[in-house]
Amino acid sequence: MNPELLGSPGGANVRAVHDAFHGDLLEVSMGPHHPSTHGVFRMIVTLDGERIVKLKPVFGYLHRNHEKLGETVSYLASMPYTDRLDYLSAMTNNWAYAIAVEKLAGQPVPERAEYVRVILAELTRLLNHTCLAGFLMQDCGCSGTPLMYAFREREKILDLFESLSGSRMMCNYQRFGGCRVDPTPAWVDATRTLVGNYGAFLDEFEALLTGNEIIMARTQGVGVLSSALAINAGVTGPMLRATGVASDLRKSDAYGVYPRFQFRVPLGAHGDVYDRYMVRVLEMRESIKILEQALAGLPGGPIMDPKAKLRGFRPKAGEAYGRIEGPKGEIGFYLVSDGSPNPLRYRVRPPSFINLTVLEDMCLGQTVADAVIILGSVDIVLGEVDR
Amino acid sequence: MESIEQIRDRLLAQFPRAQLAVVANPGPAAQHGLLLDHEHAAAIARFLRDDPALRLDQCSNVTGIDWPEKEIVETTKSTVPDPAGGPAKVVETKTKRLQPGCLEVVYHLYSVTHGHGPVILRLRTGNRTDAVAVPSLTPVWRACEFQEREVFDLFGVTFTGHPDLRRILMWDGFKDFPMRKDYVEPDDYEWEPTPHGAVLEKAKVHYPAPAPAAPAPTAVPPPPAG
Repeated sequence: MNPELLGSPGGANVRAVHDAFHGDLLEVSMGPHHPSTHGVFRMIVTLDGERIVKLKPVFGYLHRNHEKLGETVSYLASMPYTDRLDYLSAMTNNWAYAIAVEKLAGQPVPERAEYVRVILAELTRLLNHTCLAGFLMQDCGCSGTPLMYAFREREKILDLFESLSGSRMMCNYQRFGGCRVDPTPAWVDATRTLVGNYGAFLDEFEALLTGNEIIMARTQGVGVLSSALAINAGVTGPMLRATGVASDLRKSDAYGVYPRFQFRVPLGAHGDVYDRYMVRVLEMRESIKILEQALAGLPGGPIMDPKAKLRGFRPKAGEAYGRIEGPKGEIGFYLVSDGSPNPLRYRVRPPSFINLTVLEDMCLGQTVADAVIILGSVDIVLGEVDR
Repeated sequence: MESIEQIRDRLLAQFPRAQLAVVANPGPAAQHGLLLDHEHAAAIARFLRDDPALRLDQCSNVTGIDWPEKEIVETTKSTVPDPAGGPAKVVETKTKRLQPGCLEVVYHLYSVTHGHGPVILRLRTGNRTDAVAVPSLTPVWRACEFQEREVFDLFGVTFTGHPDLRRILMWDGFKDFPMRKDYVEPDDYEWEPTPHGAVLEKAKVHYPAPAPAAPAPTAVPPPPAG
């Protein structure tokens, strides 16, 4: 094969590898329509035999310039658009945006709303991590069963979201200074039942997967990421904790009412695909603990700050960066206001986009089939990656 | 964590020739920024990352802001005594001043080790047309790699020292910078060049033009007997 054909930016690098091994390199374009890419993501993979010597991700197939859209509408009108970023976790996107705007405007939030936000964020974490485990197993090749078990549970959580907000996935639930609807006692009871049963589901799910010999052989030691590189590359969320770094914004930033709850932060030791799976499973167990405490302590009172201004909302000139621990990592919003009803600058810090920075580092020397599960363990949603 | 003024003073002690300015944030968030000069930006970033007290090891967010040039009208009032001896008149004079525009790159730094932050670094370009280069901080934090590419793609800021500066979200042949305030999207935005025209032209070899149609019958044939 002519080495001149092997892409321009790393051409010299590829040629050196080519000379060293006297083998033929093969360039494979995986995606954007490959089912394992979880949407329209593309990787240009250069292979030496079956080993990956270079991997360049290609983005933008779902790009709609979400940030420009945010600058053309009012602050509140961006709230439903944030649902479409990471469409598996609309509730946490809403919360991150609400927190950024509340910082920008100095808007307090009533206690009941803070509790409801924590409950919804932890339900979202359960939903996201359950689905991720299902998708990851699908990527490993155990087609169907784990994913269908995951989706069965996901649907129960989505039913709760639907009865509360009116929509399964596009919830548009948070407001600046509270939440849109007050949950009824029946809803709280239904949530309590779901949380009470979730541990049994996780036991069943784990009995199927965690100790499974094939899954261990397939994922352990694959896609290893070092903790130093993970911190330097801005990796956040379960991917960072799987490398053994104790970093959780629920602990370090202590936003909302998280300091009131007892929970632990699970850490990995090897930073491989198995650890990333395991950290998420353990996080779900901790989420159940948080949910039980939040449901038990849910106070009464208003769900919206009565002084909050919904119409004609114009924060004073200034800027704010607000962030929370989303299921995929740190989701942040950076807003610059010039005193007008629309933001001067509206920026989304998408966790799965930045976590992809280290994709090549994790895939080098691995096989193509490993690249599929490494990408699966990063947990991307293209609505957020491409924005 | 130290305040932004304390950090500035320590940096000035370390880099006496650096030009640093605190960019105050008047809003309730009170997240103040630090404007860096291009020459010392990478060295200051490295110092902030490695300093044991700060250890800002995570560059969480990188983004751009477009500040177009703005006409500022200033009104000054002056009192002019009436030569006829009446009461003095107040005269308003309006002066117009053109505030030059620039592109700004904003970095939000946090410390995973100590759990504090954010420290906000800012870099500004000379103008919005030909002096759009700022030094890249990707050699200091890998996290900037894709985000600086995004700022390059959408705002048109060139990062000197970036290892792989290409468009990331827009396609390679795209000409403009969509996040700039004066960007006008083209009318034929949906139009894309496709190879269909050329392919159809080639395919004519295999599908010769149909023979000219037979002349249409002039008279209506009589209905069949019966």
